[in-house]
Amino acid sequence: MSLTSDDVKRAAKLARLGLTEAETTETLTQLNSILGLVDQMQQIDTNGVAPLAHPLELKQTLRADAVTENNQRDKFQAIAPQAEAGLYLVPRVVE
Amino acid sequence: MYEAVIGLEVHVQLSTESKIFSGSSTHFGAEPNTQASLIDLGMPGVLPVPNAKAFEMAVKFGLAIDAEIGQESIFDRKNYFYPDLPKGYQISQFEKPIVGPGRVTISLDDGTTKTINVTRAHLEEDAGKSVHDAFDGMTGVDLNRAGTPLLEIVSEPELRSAKEAVAYLKVIHSIIRYLDISDGNMAEGSMRCDCNVSIRPKGSDTLGTRTEIKNVNSFRFVEKAINTEINRQIEILEDGGRVVQETRLYDPDKDETRSMRSKEEANDYRYFPDPDLLPVVLDDSFISACRDALPELPAARKARYISEYGITDYDAGVLVADRDVADYFAEVANTSGEGKLAANWVMGSVLAELNQTGDSITDFAVTAKQLSELIARIKDNTLNSKTAKTVFEALLANEGEVDVIIESKGLVQVTDTGAIEAIVDEVIAENPDQVANYRAAPEDKQGKMLGFFVGQVMKKSQGKANPQAVNQILSTKLSG
Repeated sequence: MSLTSDDVKRAAKLARLGLTEAETTETLTQLNSILGLVDQMQQIDTNGVAPLAHPLELKQTLRADAVTENNQRDKFQAIAPQAEAGLYLVPRVVE
Repeated sequence: MYEAVIGLEVHVQLSTESKIFSGSSTHFGAEPNTQASLIDLGMPGVLPVPNAKAFEMAVKFGLAIDAEIGQESIFDRKNYFYPDLPKGYQISQFEKPIVGPGRVTISLDDGTTKTINVTRAHLEEDAGKSVHDAFDGMTGVDLNRAGTPLLEIVSEPELRSAKEAVAYLKVIHSIIRYLDISDGNMAEGSMRCDCNVSIRPKGSDTLGTRTEIKNVNSFRFVEKAINTEINRQIEILEDGGRVVQETRLYDPDKDETRSMRSKEEANDYRYFPDPDLLPVVLDDSFISACRDALPELPAARKARYISEYGITDYDAGVLVADRDVADYFAEVANTSGEGKLAANWVMGSVLAELNQTGDSITDFAVTAKQLSELIARIKDNTLNSKTAKTVFEALLANEGEVDVIIESKGLVQVTDTGAIEAIVDEVIAENPDQVANYRAAPEDKQGKMLGFFVGQVMKKSQGKANPQAVNQILSTKLSG
């Protein structure tokens, strides 16, 4: 399987990445070489092997339902580009 | 003729103390961003750790709808960009949800029931909230809600009308309230509903193109939004057009749905397993502990009320829908020993009053104990239906206890035959024409004409005369 430059542009758009034409070409080459490796892996017979959701064969630990965090808004907002009235401000988005 | 095909996605905020992946409080109404930690803000280098209570609540829901429980469930990343989603992805469950296929039963208007299959229910995190109109050219973001646990319950497209959709939603609401896993408050957004709607010629088994109406926030609006959307789609097809698959928003003021995203490319969430989270494996003891903690559910309680209190299927359905109402009714019925009267009063007077004020029964002015005393006074003939109503009004206005009100308002029913006879004689003497008419009328007409005299007697007794006694004495005296 190999990608076209349109596939790369679409993926870049979904990921909100602005790629130049040169970067698109370079990314296309890189992604196709990764997919080449994937093609190679697809050759392996995996019949009877259960899909793995995580490379570590461990179980997730759960935590008890307790409030352990306290309010650190001032600290967090000190490094935000813009904040007002307790809210983080971002360029306007309207649906 | 067209038929609608409807499926619902219901998002329920679980009432845990802390968030699904962080130790931040989920308490509603705090100052903006005071309950948003590094994990909720999506800062680099943090690690989410799932909340056991959210799993407990999800499993209870699964057991309540007779579903397969996903003993191994997996968290995936659902990728999209929006400012109230700081990580650029929502942690959700895709391939292996915590709750697999299950089912609920809804009651239809014609008295029959219908089973609706639930495809799945999965755990995920809620997003923050955006404020669009308060800042010049900017959007404000409050991340207090980000990371609040959600259970998304997905139905099969087996609902065939807006009414069925509402009935299904009410059953889900009733179950989550009985389980006490969410406050289910639609107005505050603790329960939200997306409606997938399509239409097709009746009898066809292919599916039409569907639209999704996002975030409808009341039972009434779900019904209106779906009906409006069905009509819109019918008009398009009748005009020879084609329904476009898209996300729409319901505007209750204009009673219309409109497109939310214009020509943006189809959603592509690029789900993949979240490498920050390992598979969650629940052992049998976790699940059996959840099963042991299940309360009596609405369907079981309905069956019990029908047999225990001798009330109708319909009445039982209304009474058990809300757990608090069901508890209130049971207390009244048990204390007064009068199931049917209790049902009539709770449904007729109590629920009517609550519907009007919008109050919750837990804050209701008339306690279950007071209502049972009122019913006891009807039973021992102290009150008739009219004076009982007066006492109920007085209880609503916090005028004291039942017997005190009866005393102070002089409402004791007159059952003394002599006293009633005296009033009847007065009424007969004062209305010679009506009496003559009555006596001249054929017997089958007399029953109706008696009402006039009963009314006069009741009026003279200020509503206190026992209506049965009045009827009897009147017909005897008039025929004589």
